[in-house]
Amino acid sequence: MTVDWDWSYTGDILPDLLKGLRYTIIATLAGYAIAIVLGMVWTLLRRTPFAAVNQAVRWITEFIRSTPLLVQLFFLYNVLPSWGLSLSSLTTGIIGLGLHYSTYTAEVYRAGIADVPRGQWEAATALNLPRSRVWLDVILPQAVRRVIPTLGNYLIAMFKDSPLLLAINVAELLHEAFEVGSKSLMFLEPITLVGLLFVAVSVPSSILVRRLERRYATY
Amino acid sequence: MPPTDTTPDAPSPKKEAAAAVLPRGGAPGIRFEKVVKRFGSNVVLRELDFSVAPGERVTLIGPSGSGKTTILRLLMTLEKLDDGLIWVGDDTLWHMEKGGKRVPANQRHLHEMRKRIGMVFQQFNLFPNMNVLRNLTEGPVRVLGLSRDEAVERARGLLDMVGLADKIDAHPSQLSGGQQQRVAIARALAMEPRVLLLDEVTSALDPELVVGVQDLLRDIARESDLTMLCVTHEMGFAKDISDRVLMFDQGQIVEEGPPDRIFGEPSEQRTRDFLQAVLAS
Repeated sequence: MTVDWDWSYTGDILPDLLKGLRYTIIATLAGYAIAIVLGMVWTLLRRTPFAAVNQAVRWITEFIRSTPLLVQLFFLYNVLPSWGLSLSSLTTGIIGLGLHYSTYTAEVYRAGIADVPRGQWEAATALNLPRSRVWLDVILPQAVRRVIPTLGNYLIAMFKDSPLLLAINVAELLHEAFEVGSKSLMFLEPITLVGLLFVAVSVPSSILVRRLERRYATY
Repeated sequence: MPPTDTTPDAPSPKKEAAAAVLPRGGAPGIRFEKVVKRFGSNVVLRELDFSVAPGERVTLIGPSGSGKTTILRLLMTLEKLDDGLIWVGDDTLWHMEKGGKRVPANQRHLHEMRKRIGMVFQQFNLFPNMNVLRNLTEGPVRVLGLSRDEAVERARGLLDMVGLADKIDAHPSQLSGGQQQRVAIARALAMEPRVLLLDEVTSALDPELVVGVQDLLRDIARESDLTMLCVTHEMGFAKDISDRVLMFDQGQIVEEGPPDRIFGEPSEQRTRDFLQAVLAS
């Protein structure tokens, strides 16, 4: 069997796909920003002395982590408007990705904080540092530094999950590939290009994460 | 791997430097009144009574698990008191007066009381994410409300005293254990405590680095009027800096007295056994 690869068709569709890639990257980066901030919020809320807050956060995050991202995206896209909350598909996708991954980053932060030696807390107490300073100046800088590589891996994982936004009509890379493919009924080139473009972004990102890992291994 | 000290004998602090930076005056006494501390079902301190005079240097010795470190940790509020009273000066550490009654201390009371107390740990516990200067200025700026300039000046004076003025920009990971411990001592003193707690401060050090830290503490003991409580297995060091030695076993004081007598002619068999075991190790 021979495969006919049409180079001129490839050249024609590339701009459309790059436009799609742009949305993929926007959705990933914006979703990631939500995930790293909201994850920290979950983690800190779980450490409050109020048992009700603590338990509520625990169950919310457990629930989000235990349901598929695709289902969550459909829920946000189809159910929220009926509650009077209409958002664009891109915004919905960003919130969906961010919310979903925030429950993972929360676990990452939790582990990072647990990894800070007890002696650091004790030294902070002995210096009489106020609670806010203990967190901001002593514990979190050390905890976050420890988990930077893991957080980086979640960025790449999230990037690779972003084609799910196709399901809610975000004009991301895979969506664009289907679009151009169904016009010409030629899918080989667009879908292959999607794969190659994902590799083109993922591989350098992975290398960057490895570098961060080495850089933050020691002070 | 951290570099090793090229000068195991740290330069002894210049006396003027020490006199300029060490806090003076108002060192409080300490009194334990029927203090009880349990960990689960394990009673570590059972109705312990003892007191330390203002400015007195007391060394706590005894087998591990005898409660010595717990005493320091209770004083630094790292462990909660189960029963009894601990006085620091004229105030109770873990209790406060409210409506004429003695109630458990709130965070504000503990914060005020902790200002009088500083602690140096076995594992140094410097903040690895901060350089030496920031380790020394963080507390004075954030807690004592010093301006950054004042805090830096104080830090420079203390680093000069501990012989590490040239390491001001280094990170803890770039220092040897002995250097880290000297920075940790400077960090504790930067808060101008009136009571200094030393918890096995040379146990984690390579033998050749022990002397430098001990010399520094000897100088500090000589040049300051701090009340000092020291847990150590270094009997020579204990002899040099203490006014009094307390021998602990199973959360009780077995014997106490001036270092010459405790180390020279202990009257209790348990003290003799312990000292023999320490010397043999």
